[in-house]
Parts: sequence; structure tokens; C-alpha cells
Amino acid sequence: MKIDSSIDYNETIKIIRKYPNEKKFTLAILQDIQKEYGFIPKEVMTKISDYLNIPLSDIYSMSTFYKALSLKEKGKYIIKVCNGTACHIRGSNSLIEELTDILNIAPEETTEDGLFSIEIVNCLGACALAPVMMVNGKYYGSMTKEKVKTVIDEYRGLEHEQ
Amino acid sequence: MNNSNRKILVCCGTGCLANNSFEVYTKLKEKLKDTKIAVQPLVKATGCNGLCEKGPVVKILPDDISYFKVSTKDVDAIVEKTILNGEIIDKLLYYDTNEKKKLISHKDATFYKHQQKISLRNIGEVDPLLIEDYLERDGYKALRKVLFEMTSEEIIDVIEASGLRGRGGAGFPTGSKWRTCYKYNNFPKYIVCNGDEGDPGAFMDRSIMEGDPNTVIEGMIICGYAIKSHKGYLYIRDEYELARKNMQIAIDNAKKHGYLGENIIGSNFDFDLEIVRGGGAFVCGESSALMASIEGNVGEPRAKYIRSVEKGLWNQPTILNNVETWANIPPIISNGAKWFKSIGIENNSGTKVFSLVGKVKNTGLVEVPMGTKLRELVFDIGGGIIKDRPFKAIQTGGPSGGCIPKEHLDISLDFDSLSNIGSMMGSGGVIVMDDTTCMVELARYYMEFLSEESCGKCTTCREGIKIMLEILTNITKGEGELEDIELLLDLSETISNASLCGLGKTAPNPVITTIKYFKDEYIDHIVNQKCNAGICKKLTSYYIEEEICIGCGLCAKKCPTNAITGIKKEPHIINADICVKCGACFTNCPTGAVKIGGVVVESKN
Repeated sequence: MKIDSSIDYNETIKIIRKYPNEKKFTLAILQDIQKEYGFIPKEVMTKISDYLNIPLSDIYSMSTFYKALSLKEKGKYIIKVCNGTACHIRGSNSLIEELTDILNIAPEETTEDGLFSIEIVNCLGACALAPVMMVNGKYYGSMTKEKVKTVIDEYRGLEHEQ
Repeated sequence: MNNSNRKILVCCGTGCLANNSFEVYTKLKEKLKDTKIAVQPLVKATGCNGLCEKGPVVKILPDDISYFKVSTKDVDAIVEKTILNGEIIDKLLYYDTNEKKKLISHKDATFYKHQQKISLRNIGEVDPLLIEDYLERDGYKALRKVLFEMTSEEIIDVIEASGLRGRGGAGFPTGSKWRTCYKYNNFPKYIVCNGDEGDPGAFMDRSIMEGDPNTVIEGMIICGYAIKSHKGYLYIRDEYELARKNMQIAIDNAKKHGYLGENIIGSNFDFDLEIVRGGGAFVCGESSALMASIEGNVGEPRAKYIRSVEKGLWNQPTILNNVETWANIPPIISNGAKWFKSIGIENNSGTKVFSLVGKVKNTGLVEVPMGTKLRELVFDIGGGIIKDRPFKAIQTGGPSGGCIPKEHLDISLDFDSLSNIGSMMGSGGVIVMDDTTCMVELARYYMEFLSEESCGKCTTCREGIKIMLEILTNITKGEGELEDIELLLDLSETISNASLCGLGKTAPNPVITTIKYFKDEYIDHIVNQKCNAGICKKLTSYYIEEEICIGCGLCAKKCPTNAITGIKKEPHIINADICVKCGACFTNCPTGAVKIGGVVVESKN
């Protein structure tokens, strides 16, 4: 597991302390951490375990069980490709192929420059627009192979502007 | 035109939002601010109108004009022509393919005419963030009635007499669930709303939570009062951000207005609600796994020899219902059991919400009386198959459901009829498939999904599904054997008998039903090395039938690898060595001259 030493743990404590130290808030705390850092760092797991008085192994098993949580760092732009049934039968596979081709990474991986991650999700609930993909919360409906390239170029363009 | 009640409703359900409806809403508001009109119309962002395929949808009331596929470019015209001068903009009207004409009011469309809305009654009509809108449409009236006029037994009697069955999938009688829980004198008791909706291809619950959160809240408080519970949880799927946001705002507003919290509207009854974010695990839609997840554990199911109505959340009596079930409670209390029973058919009263998706023209959110014919759903409401291709099958009930072939198109949509033919109602996802869907690949797809989502507790589910996936993958690659079909059925039986929870028990359904109704396709893959749908790439080749080809050149133009050559007005040829089997030629050929072949490329090339 990659550990980023630049993480500000004062911030972590603040996130954890937003919740009372009860077991039922474990998932909520982990989700907030995931949102803040894009993954669950090992050190943070230890801190949650101390705070909630729950074995570290339990925190680890939660972090690996739920899809919303990840032990690997994610890219700046998270591309979620919907592979729900509606999207699947309207050709989401070709979007996945095109993305892995353009970005040169497999699903669930992040590009070397830390810009893009590909995630395959089970349903985004926008089945009428199938096939659908989402970049950092923004929907792209009725996708085609050709449009995939335009979307990636759009985000690469944003990077050049900055 | 001076209309003091005029409202402009802009659909801001997820489907329309993804098509920029919020920009339309914002621009409309700005434009109206700058336009001098005697009476400013109210512009509201509403929940899903159902016809997501044709979004964004804008409705103008009370003129009853509906515009579809509206973009920000149309805003000026809507204000200048329709709002100021009462003119109708022809190009934004809905074209009904069944009626073969353009319609001014959406209510005249075949899509809406066949529907009857109970749980969706307010969606698309109210601003989900305004409790006032809900109150205006008799919201919280049922709550007032139970708190001041009814006893627990009376409430449970009504729900039981209504015949309401849980809309989450299994169809368990809701009243009887409430009655059992009510009998246990072990406090505290809990109420849970299952808003996890893990089924791929389903968005009913999401639309209700986004578009009418108050009805869910009201249903839950009524149950809380009936079984003497003071605390409820809404477990909402992690990906559903808008649903969570709208539910939270509605909860906060309900508290402010005294419908939640202590002494609800002066009644001495206390009830509170809390939202729990789901962690993104399909198995957490299963009740015992969902409760484990709320408690802060890994979402693993448990054996249910003790039911959760007796020992559920933190081992206390718990009622868990899904979103749509909760949305049905207030209208049943307000209108009575008899009214509800009069809708639908025997043993299946009321309506059911479906998300109609796949290869169908009018994709969207649909609510019909139980007992509606499948044909009516697909061909009248759904408008038929995209590009008028042949209908092949329909898949209901998500990964736990089954595939229904065209022989059963006249089946009645209700819990019992569907399970009689090996499928199930499930939460209401309906996926329409045409001749370009491969049933073997579809079965493989579900096994892949379920092998990832199995929690791993039972060996049969964890290992068995994986083996089924392996066998199916081999068949789609042309590496299957005839014995595999028997083996798949054997495995199916073991997995469903020996697994603990609903996920494992129903996992083999897609495989069993595709073998039952589409065995020929399995044999085609194994023996003839051919995928007729053109989906399994290793078993697909394309060729052009000389006699049918008119030499229009469209195929060559669409081909990404220049594999097609030919002189204009003369038959074209596909070069199999360069062809990447993307199917662009097949889908774009106007005469159907492009044909699908098997592994051995026809000598025509």
C-alpha cells in the first residue's frame, strides 16, 4: 500500500471527531476519509481503530468489503463507467475498451501522472441515457466510443490551462 | 396573457439533470426576471417526470403544455412565445409514435395514458425541497389522521386489508409484517427504509427519494406510531447523492414544521429519522446484511431463523420496508383499504413502479396497476423496440430475476405470475432486449456481477457462482462443451439450495431461465460456434449478402478500420482480416444486407 507522508493528520482527527465514538459511525467516518483523501490511508485506519476502540482488523475488513472505499490512491479525475444491465446491453463494454486504450490503464487503476482513474460501477440510475459515464460527478449520457476521446481531451485541456 | 396561477415546472430528476435541465431551469428564472410580465410565473425544479428518454422536460401549468428535449437555447422562445403570447412551440412538442401526431399535453401521450400513479403521485408536480408543495397536495394529512383518530390496531388493520405487499421484491404482506412486530413488547423498536437499490438497471427508489422525499418520511412516521417505535433509519445508496441531499433537506424541513421530532404536531408522539450512507455493496440490499451495515459491521447476512421483526437492528424488533412501500402508506391511510384493493388484481393490489430500460423507445419511470400485461408495458407505454427490431426477451427482477421470452408477452405483471414462469417482480427493473442481445453473454454478465458482489460467507455462493461464470465465459469464447449445460443446471440447484441469503438463493435464476427459454443459443455457441446476436466477438463474423446490397456505401463510411470496399451502386465486401467486429456496418445498413456469420467466415468474401 502506498503511504503518502504529506497527509495532514490534524485534519484526520477533525473528521473522525465529528462523530461520537460509537461503532455505528465506522462506515460514515471511513466514507468521509475516502472523500477527503481519495483512499483510506493505513495511518488513518489506526486512528479510527483507537478512537472507536475497534480492532484494526475490523476497520481493514470494512475498508476492503465496501465498494465505496479504496485502499489505493485515486486519480484527480475519477471516471466511472456504468456497467448496469441497461448500459451493458447498449454497449458499455466498448466504452471501457476505448478508455483503457486511450489511458493505457486497466479498470480500477490510475494513470501514472495521477490524473485519471477508471472505475466500473454497477448502476448510476440514469438508465435512459445508457450507456453512461461520469467524471467527478458529472454525467455523460448516450456515450459512444468517439465521444470518450472528446471527454478525455476536455479534461486534459483543463490541466493545460491551469 | 394574465394567468396568476401560472407555473413552469422543470424536471430535475437525474435523467434530465444529466441532460443539463438545471441550466434550463436557471436560465428560465433569469430570463423571466428580466422580462416585464404583470404576473411572474413560478418556476420550479421538480423530480422525475418518467419519460427520461425525451428529457429535459418542461411543463407549463395551468395551460397544460409539455415541452420535451428542451435546451438552454429554447429558453428565450419559451418565454417570448409561450409565456408572453400563449403561442405553442411546435418543435418542442412530444411526437407520439403510437398516435402518430404531436401532442400539447403530456397527459394525452400513450406513455402516460396507460399509467396510474400512487407512489409517484407527486413526482414531477412538486418541488421536492418545499414541504409547502407537499402540504398543498394533502401531504401529512394521513399522519394527522392516524395520530388523532386511529389506534395502532386500526392502522395495521387498514394496511393488512389493503393487501399491500412489499415492493422491494419478495412481495411479503406489509400488514402482517407490521402486526407481528407490533406484538413484541421489547423496546426500543426500529423502522428502516431500504434505499440501497443495488439492482443494475433500476431507478424507481432513487426517483421517489429525489422527487417526493416527504411521502417516504410520512409513511415511516405512520408505521413508527403504529408499532410504537421512535427511531427510523434510511439506508441510502452511496452513489445516490441527490437522493440523499433531498431526503436530508426534507427531514430537516419536516422537523422545523413539527412533523418529526418531539410531540409531533402536538400529539405526544416522538419520532426521529437518520440517514445512513450505503457502502456500495449489492448484498446490503438484503435485510439482515443491511442491518449489519447500519450497526457498523461488514454487511454480511445472517440466517433468518429469527426474523428481524423480532430481532433486527441491534437485536431489537425492526420493520424494514423499501422506498416504494413507504410511499404507498399515506395514500392507503387517506383513501382506505377498499380503494387500494380496487386497483390491481386479486392478491396483488395497487400499482407497481417499473424502470423500463434497454432496447425500448420510451425509456423511463412507469407506474401501472398490478396485472397490466407485459405487452402493454413494452409496446404501448414503451413504444416498442428501438429501430423496430424484433423483440427477443425481457429481464425482470435484476440479477435475481429471469428472462421472459416473447411467448410470455401476454403475462400479467404481478408477483405470482412472474414467479410462476421462473422470473420475479424484484424491485421493478425491466430490461427490454432485442435480437442483438446475446442471452448467453447476458447470463455471463449477471454471474460476473454476482461473483463480485457475493459477500463470500457461503462456499456455494462464493465458489459456485465463480465456476458458473467460468463455464459461461468459456461458452462465449467458443470453448464450451454440450455437457456444460447440464453442469450449469446442477450447479444452479446446489447454489440455490445451500446458500444462506437471497443473493445466493436466486443467483442462478438468469442462467436457469436463459437455458430454459434460449437453449438453442447455448447450442449455437457450443456446437455451431456462432453468436447470432453478434455480441460474442470470437464467435462473430460479418459478411455482406450480394443480392441485398444496394452499394450505398454507408457501411464503408461507418467502418472504423476501412475493412469494407466496393464501388458505388455495386455490392460491397468485408475484409475479415481487418474487421474488428464492431458491428457498425450491421447496425447502419439500411437494407439489412450485412449478415452475422459464425467462426468460419463465409466464402462470399
